[in-house]
Amino acid sequence: METFKIKRVFSEDLGLNNPVFAQILGICSTLAVTNVVKNTVVMCAGLIFVTALSNLTVSFMRNVMPSRIRMMVETLIIASYVIIVDIILRAYLPDISRQLGPYVGLIITNCIIMGRAEAFALNNPPGLSFLDGIASGMGYSYVLLCIAVFRELLGSGSIWGIKVLGEWWTNWSIMVMAPGAFFMLAIFIWIVKGAKERSKE
Amino acid sequence: MNQGIAFYAIFFAAIFTNNILLTNYLGMCSFLAVSREVKTSQGLGMAVTFVLAVTSVLNWLAYRYILLPLDLVYLRYIVFIVIIAAFVQLLEMIIERVSDQLYSSLGIFLPLITVNCAILGVSLFMVIRNYTLINSFFYGLGSGIGWALAIISMAGIRQKMAKSRVPKGLAGAGITLIIAGLMALAFMGFSGMIKIT
Repeated sequence: METFKIKRVFSEDLGLNNPVFAQILGICSTLAVTNVVKNTVVMCAGLIFVTALSNLTVSFMRNVMPSRIRMMVETLIIASYVIIVDIILRAYLPDISRQLGPYVGLIITNCIIMGRAEAFALNNPPGLSFLDGIASGMGYSYVLLCIAVFRELLGSGSIWGIKVLGEWWTNWSIMVMAPGAFFMLAIFIWIVKGAKERSKE
Repeated sequence: MNQGIAFYAIFFAAIFTNNILLTNYLGMCSFLAVSREVKTSQGLGMAVTFVLAVTSVLNWLAYRYILLPLDLVYLRYIVFIVIIAAFVQLLEMIIERVSDQLYSSLGIFLPLITVNCAILGVSLFMVIRNYTLINSFFYGLGSGIGWALAIISMAGIRQKMAKSRVPKGLAGAGITLIIAGLMALAFMGFSGMIKIT
């Protein structure tokens, strides 16, 4: 029973119903940090941490929270974990923290975290909620990573800061700027939606 | 303190060259969800502009006179988000009392605003860039106007497009993102006129 549930959590959050594709949620940071792979990995780690632990906390408190102010309580829980992430980043990875700038703080308003707390953690036991947080964080992360790899490869000819494409490559500087992010995400959504339509037929 | 930049430069930069939506990607969720009709996006755009202008000032005051002296800067996320949420709630109650018409055109958008990352984003940018009070106000106002401009033009384009045939997989969010990308390209034409960092 338990393992069945856990499996379902993972397959739902990682599959085609994943939050970025299915509901187009939380894409602000998807677009902002994906111009360099390294930043994306750090951001994703932070996001998984926050989603998992805030899901766990909300789930522990789900029976004592008055429903009128539960949104506020959830926001405060999420904000506290984001502060932890921010402090850790500033202490150990100061360069990346400076590059990410306000986007670390903006994890708070990432609708995915709030959405999971509302939709899952309020009705499920802590252990399962924790796993759901990890799973949906991972689902979000792999989309971000795919986009980041393509953007960095095309935009600066490198991956993880290492030159891959050599001297002959002309950088598509548009890819590391704003429009590239929009186009890239649109193409990804197109591919995934197309695959979904085909599997339906 | 960053005294070097005049407030009008910040104001115009926030609208055009550093558009909060098209260059900083903030406020995308409601941008995608509410940009179907020009009328509703006007309402949301106005609400966002107003809330941004006021909360950037409130957050600046809170940061400068409460958080800095008490050495509690690391609490800024919580303080900012509480101030934004409280202000939006207050505004909703006031509008509901004062005018029914205003409530039906603006009030329904207010709950959406608390979770709009553009609002928190502007406050965080203003802290990072060390703006003065007057600069923060104009940065907030300009960002709001820029956001409204983007969402209203997007709604106009989408209304025109409603009858055209879009590939199945692209319909909805996909095509909206592509249009946003083209708009971002167009707005990049402004860059180089003014620069704020």
